[in-house]
Amino acid sequence: MRWLLWLPLALFALIIAVVMSGLIHPASTDIRSQLVGKPLPEFALPAGVPSHPPLAKADLRGGPRLINIFASWCLPCAVEAPQLMVLKRAGVVIDGIAIRDRPEDLAAFLARYGDPYSRIGSDANSRVQLALGSSGVPESFVVDGRGVIRLQHIGDIREENIPTILAAIEAAK
Amino acid sequence: MRLAEALALLLLASSPAFADSSMPPDPLSYTQLPDPKAEAKASALMREIRCVVCQGQSVADSDAELAGDMRALIRRRIAAGESPDAVRNWLVARYGAWISYAPPLGPETWLLWAAPALFLVLGLLLVRRRLRRKRR
Repeated sequence: MRWLLWLPLALFALIIAVVMSGLIHPASTDIRSQLVGKPLPEFALPAGVPSHPPLAKADLRGGPRLINIFASWCLPCAVEAPQLMVLKRAGVVIDGIAIRDRPEDLAAFLARYGDPYSRIGSDANSRVQLALGSSGVPESFVVDGRGVIRLQHIGDIREENIPTILAAIEAAK
Repeated sequence: MRLAEALALLLLASSPAFADSSMPPDPLSYTQLPDPKAEAKASALMREIRCVVCQGQSVADSDAELAGDMRALIRRRIAAGESPDAVRNWLVARYGAWISYAPPLGPETWLLWAAPALFLVLGLLLVRRRLRRKRR
């Protein structure tokens, strides 16, 4: 039973290893929607700004789209705005769901950071956001012409994410 | 002293970065339901649903706006006659079993549920070995 003497040291080394690996590769805190690969839930949102038509599930027929969940009060949303413009120029149809927002704030946001949206729905109490399994702003969903969610992008879309999103749009055609 | 004053001024001048909207909270996020039975059901569920923003807290404890909206959603659905289990399942279908503090028994969680029994068996085996050795 002499080897038992080394057991505490071995346990200590194991704990150190576990903690170190957690420090080096922190676990992702993203909560992914379970609805990826499934159809969008039914929803119908009022218009977020007078300049854009409202957004309902029925509007999403005919070709893939990017649904962007955003808000005028959300800083990363302003950061991702130029990338959405890049996607729009590449021919992607982008619809917005504005979370807890006001028409005048939205209009100012669009005037300042650019307007890639064809439709904007206003989700005043996050009901549709929760129905989509989304946990924050900004977040984007690639939806195909049959209303099935193909991809969820959590956080702001950066330059390096553009190819993935374009590929998902292409695959959803 | 100069430096301290300058630092204090800097602190006063800086404003926190707001990550919250300017909209008032949903009325049902901070107001109880008129029916005490429904409210009891709703608040019991709120304590078992995790906030997706402050991930260590329940939506009952969290002050995040999304947690407020989740409380409102729970109250609204319970008030409309849905059972707490139905609301929980609706959330689990969207966010995974993660969202619930009462994890269901399944292929991913059986070990969690079986762990107390396994440790009890392990402890009993250890005790038995010790007692046997003493008797010898």
